[in-house]
Amino acid sequence: MNMLTEAAVEKALDHKMSNVPYKMIGKDVSVYYGEKRALFDVNLNIRENTVTALIGPSGCGKSTFLRSLNRMNDTIDGCRVTGKITLDTDDIYDPDIDVVELRARVGMVFQKPNPFPKTIYENVSYGPRIHGLAKSKADLDQIVETSLQRAGLWNEVKDRVHESGTGLSGGQQQRLCIARAVAVSPEVILMDEPCSALDPIATAKVEELIHELRENYTIVIVTHSMQQAARVSQRTAMFHLGNLVEENDTDKMFTNPDDPRTQDYIMGRFG
Amino acid sequence: MTDIVSPAGVTVSKAPPRRDIGIKRRYAAERRFQAYGIAAITFGLVFLFILLWTVIGKGYTAFQQTAITLPIEFSEKTIDPNNKRATDPSVLIAANYPVLLRDAIVKQLNINAASRPDVRDASAMLSKSAPIQLRDMVMSDPSIIGKTVNVTVLADANVDSANKGQIDLSVDEKNRKVNDKQVGWMNELKASGALHKQFNTGLFVNGNSSRPEAAGLGVALIGSLYLMLIVLVLSLPIGVAASIYLEEFAPKNKLTDLIEVNINNLAAVPSIVYGLLGLSVFINFIGLPRSASLVGGLVLTLMTLPTIIIATRAALRAVPPSIRAAALGLGASKMQMVFHHVLPLAMPGILTGTIIGLAHALGETAPLLLIGMVAFVANAPTTPLDPSTALPVQVYMWANEAERAFVERTSGAIIVLLLFLIVMNMGAILLRRRFERRW
Repeated sequence: MNMLTEAAVEKALDHKMSNVPYKMIGKDVSVYYGEKRALFDVNLNIRENTVTALIGPSGCGKSTFLRSLNRMNDTIDGCRVTGKITLDTDDIYDPDIDVVELRARVGMVFQKPNPFPKTIYENVSYGPRIHGLAKSKADLDQIVETSLQRAGLWNEVKDRVHESGTGLSGGQQQRLCIARAVAVSPEVILMDEPCSALDPIATAKVEELIHELRENYTIVIVTHSMQQAARVSQRTAMFHLGNLVEENDTDKMFTNPDDPRTQDYIMGRFG
Repeated sequence: MTDIVSPAGVTVSKAPPRRDIGIKRRYAAERRFQAYGIAAITFGLVFLFILLWTVIGKGYTAFQQTAITLPIEFSEKTIDPNNKRATDPSVLIAANYPVLLRDAIVKQLNINAASRPDVRDASAMLSKSAPIQLRDMVMSDPSIIGKTVNVTVLADANVDSANKGQIDLSVDEKNRKVNDKQVGWMNELKASGALHKQFNTGLFVNGNSSRPEAAGLGVALIGSLYLMLIVLVLSLPIGVAASIYLEEFAPKNKLTDLIEVNINNLAAVPSIVYGLLGLSVFINFIGLPRSASLVGGLVLTLMTLPTIIIATRAALRAVPPSIRAAALGLGASKMQMVFHHVLPLAMPGILTGTIIGLAHALGETAPLLLIGMVAFVANAPTTPLDPSTALPVQVYMWANEAERAFVERTSGAIIVLLLFLIVMNMGAILLRRRFERRW
C-alpha cells in the first residue's frame, strides 16, 4: 500500500493514540431529517489534541455527524438528534447546556470561506466581543493579533486589518475564518471540508496550519481528499450510508484497514 | 478523410461536413426577442412622455400667478369713519375694504366713478381674496390708516387665465368670462407694469379656496407630511419586526403558512377596502375624528404593511445562509445573528421596500375619501387630529372643479406630487447605495 507516506509513519511514531484521553464521546448518535434517517447509531470518540478526519462518499453522514458536535443541526428545520454526545463530562444535548456556550467551546470552520462583509479586525474580534472575552480595547487588539498569528495570517494582513475581510484571496479568507474561530478560544474546532474551495497552495497552507493548531485544540475535519486525511490527521473515521464503518489510527487505516469497504473506498473503487 | 498539408508544413485534419445546428434560426430568435424588448420599452417611454408632456404643459403655468400692484389709500373715512378703533377693534374687521380696492383701481384706470358697470367690471378684475389681504395688513399695523401704500394683490382668476393666454379672445364677448373692456384695462395695466406675473407662493402655502387664484396646496402638503410620518413611524418597525420574526424565529408550520398566505393576499386587497376598514374601526368604533391625518396615517399603515413585510422578508432571505452559519458557529445567539449580521445586510432591500411602500401610500386616494380626508379645508392643521387633506385628494377635488383656472392648478398639484415621488425614489436609491456592502 503506497498510500502510506513517510510523514504518516513519523506521526504514528510520535503519537501514541491509545494513551490520548477522549475530548468528545459520541454514543449511539442517530440523526433524522424529518422522516429520513441520516445517521445510524454512530459510536465515535474524539481524542484530545488530535486531528480526527471523517471520510466517506458524499451523503454518507460525515458532515451531519460533524454538525451534531456543536449542534449546528439545531438550525435545520425538522432535524432531530438521538443518542448522547459529551464534551468532557457535559452532555451537549442536555437541556442545561446552553447552545451559545457550547458553540463558544466548539468552534466551526465551513466549507466555503464565509467572512462577514466587515473589516478583518471586526471579523476576528466579533466572537470575543459578543462573549465579553476582552476587558479592554488593548485586550481585544491582543486577541485579534494572536488569533491572526495562530492562523498564520498576521504577517500578510497586519497593515490592513481595518480593510474588508472579503477583499482577501480565497485561501486568506479561509484562514481568516480559522482565526475568527480561534479568537473565541474554543476547545474543539470542527472543519467541514475547509479546503474544498481552495487551490493547492492555499490548501497546503491551511493543512500546515491544522497541524500547528493541534497543539492547542482538538480538531475534527471532514474531507473528501484521502491524501489530505492521510496528511493532517492522526485518527480517521470512515462513514458509509449513515453508518460508521471503521475508526482507526490514520496510518493503520490507510495501510491495513479492518473493513473491506474502507479498503475499497481508499483505493477509489467506489465513492 | 484525406489529410491536407497546410502551408506551415504540418498536417491538419480535414473538417467534417458542416452540420445544420440552426445557428441562423437561433440568432434570428434572439434578435426578435431583443426587438420585442425594445418595442416594449419604447411603448412605455412614449406613454411616459405623453403623460409628462400633458401634465407639465398644462400645469407649469400654475407656478406663476398674475398680480396687480396698486397704490391703495387706507383712508380713515372708509375704514374707521367714527374713529372708534382704539376702543372697539372689531371695527377694523368689519370695515369696508372692497371699497378701498375699488377706489384704487378706478383711480388707476381713470374710470368715470359714476359709470357703475365700468366700476363693477374693474373691481371684478381683482381677486375676492384681496380685501382680506388689506384687512390683515390693517389688523397687524393700524398705523397704516391714513397712508397710501403700494400693495400687490392677486388678480381675479379670469384675468389670470386671460393674461396667460388661456382664454380665447376671438370668442364672442358674451361667451367669455372677461369682456373686451377688461382686456383693454388688462393691457393698459400690463403696459404700465402694474399687472405682472409673479411666482405663485400661495400654491404652496394657502389652504383650499373656492376662488382658484387663492387656492393652494398648503393643507394638502401638511396633511401628506403627517400621513408619511405616521406611516413611516408605524409601518417600518411593525413590518420589520413581523418579517424578522416570521423569517428567522417562527417555526415553519401550518399556522405560519396561513399567515404568509394572508399577508400576500392583503397586499392585493383594493385600497378602498382599507378605507372602509378604517372608517368602521378607527372612526366608528374607536371614535377618532373624521378627516384627521392620524386616521389616514393608520389606514395607510395597514395598507403599506404587507408591502413592507414582503419586501423585508425577501431582503432577509437574500442574505446568504453562510453568514448566518458563521455567526451561529461563533456562538452568537439568534438575536445577535439577526441584528449584527443579517439585518445590516438586508437594510438596502428593506429601505427600498419601505420607500416604495411610502411612495405608494403618498399617492393613495381611495381610502382617504372614505375617512373624510376629502373635506374642504382652508386652515392649516396644527396636529394630526385636525381636519386635513392630502395631495392626491386635492388633485381629485380640483379636478372636479368647474372653473377654468382649476385646470392648471390640478396639473400643478400633480407636478408637485410627482416631484415628491421622484425625491422619495431618489432617496431610496441613495440609501441603497449608502448601505450596500459588496462581498
